[in-house]
Amino acid sequence: MAIIKVENLTKKFGSITAVNDISFNVEEGVIFGFLGPNGAGKTTTISILCTLLSPTSGNASVNGYDCAKEPASVRKSIGIVFQDTTLDKDLTAEENLLFHAYLYNVDKSERQKRIDDALKFVDLYNRKKDLVKKFSGGMKRRLEVARGLIHRPKVLFLDEPTLGLDPQSRTNLWEFITELPKRHNVTIFMTTHYMEEAEVCGDIAIIDNGRIIARGSPEELKKIVGGDVIYLKTSDKLKAKDEIKRNLDIDAFIRDGELFISVIKGDACIPELIRTLGDSVLSVRLQRPTLNDVFLKLTGKAIREDEGTDADTIKEEVRAYRRRQ
Amino acid sequence: MEFNAIYVIVAREFKKFVRERSRLVSAIARPLVWLFIVGAGMSRLVPPVDGVSYIQFIFPGILGMTILFSAMFSSISIIWDKEFGFMKEILVAPVSRLAIVIGKALSGSIVSTLQAVMVLLLFPFLGLKLGAADIIGVVIICVLVSFLVSAFGIVIATFYESYESFSAIMNFIIMPMFFLSGAMYPVKLLPGALKLLAKFNPLTYGVDALKHMTSPLASGLLSPDFSIIADLAVIVSLSLIFVLTGAKAFERRG
Repeated sequence: MAIIKVENLTKKFGSITAVNDISFNVEEGVIFGFLGPNGAGKTTTISILCTLLSPTSGNASVNGYDCAKEPASVRKSIGIVFQDTTLDKDLTAEENLLFHAYLYNVDKSERQKRIDDALKFVDLYNRKKDLVKKFSGGMKRRLEVARGLIHRPKVLFLDEPTLGLDPQSRTNLWEFITELPKRHNVTIFMTTHYMEEAEVCGDIAIIDNGRIIARGSPEELKKIVGGDVIYLKTSDKLKAKDEIKRNLDIDAFIRDGELFISVIKGDACIPELIRTLGDSVLSVRLQRPTLNDVFLKLTGKAIREDEGTDADTIKEEVRAYRRRQ
Repeated sequence: MEFNAIYVIVAREFKKFVRERSRLVSAIARPLVWLFIVGAGMSRLVPPVDGVSYIQFIFPGILGMTILFSAMFSSISIIWDKEFGFMKEILVAPVSRLAIVIGKALSGSIVSTLQAVMVLLLFPFLGLKLGAADIIGVVIICVLVSFLVSAFGIVIATFYESYESFSAIMNFIIMPMFFLSGAMYPVKLLPGALKLLAKFNPLTYGVDALKHMTSPLASGLLSPDFSIIADLAVIVSLSLIFVLTGAKAFERRG
């Protein structure tokens, strides 16, 4: 069953079309990745799904409720972790969650238990009496994930959840996120512009300039690039090239003194290559396509190549800087 | 009615108020400065009128000022919440915008009434004689005026996105509201244009209602400018208008 449905959604801000006629469904229980460079329309789409923005045209629904017409029911069905922290830094971790529990009308008998469980889940139970301003970026983000789960939402939105975190906190946060669908029976809708992080997603949509340009699982998307590339060093590359063609019917190419071949399943192909070429193989290198390669192939540009110059990036860096304060 | 949501919005404000000692100290210091420095100085310049000293005259105005600053600050904290993101947490919750505004207005009311009551306790030192009934009357009016100013502050806060606008609000809204409220001089003495502005100032009616409760004079230069019924009618109806306007403004989606 599709828990999120988006049909011909368009959002314009004046003359700028942030989201341009996109349509997609998200199935219940998956980790859905919404990928794209800064300014592609990810946050705008999330804001519409979260009822913070109205669409210019088209429809969006979450858990069967229309985002424009039934905002209250949509809000009950979702939890959100925004790009910028939305915690009250002058309250303790527990007070932030308590605030949330009251706001979402969590039953009195359930309140404390849910808060304790959520804090334990993100490893912050022993810090529950500490003011949030004493927390690191990673701890704050984990607390926000915990808070987003207090009212048992059907969908948890994570907008760039790892932005501004150090690599260790990032890994740590991913461990929690990948456990969520099983443990909390929730669908994850996340955006990121870190393509390597999207590998955990069961389903991905790539958005660029307000349009969805590709859709599928990470494996399916990588097929767009044409599979894996195997690089070989051999004692006689021309002879090897002939043997590969004759025995495996694969065209090998020579670049920088190396042979390379493009195959769908590189790992399975390596043993065959070795059997064919025998002792003449000096080294083998397997390169698997990344989602970055997919993006590159689709748009002709790397997803983060404009980083550092783009106004959005600067804005995000300012935000990330503030968050660290 | 969404009591849980309203309750928790108020509880948060109250908790933060108690935690932030500096806010409490400055909230109490400001009226003391006005009362005992400005008031005492002006008393040398302004002789008592009909047996009422200047410092006694400005006492209800200083109560009004205490409420004005603390209720406005409480409501303007919405801009802080917008800037630091916490507002989003409230806005994506399944809570009606009306409940959010009522919660915020009640937060401001409670916090500023408490401060006004602390200032009220000074009345014996000013030579004012207030009975139990007068005191209860003052407290009730403080609650109403606090709610009015808080609701007004919320409407103001919906226009601003960043706390850099804070000094603009301070200089162009809060200070003129104070000086044109009849707190420091009777509205009836103001020149025509300023008198008109004073009549458009919501705080004027709050200060006037407080004057009814604390002023020993029913007539003359230092007596209230409007009838208590008129004051209360304006306070209650403006409160309603501001709450509904605030809720409407929060409803707006981009």
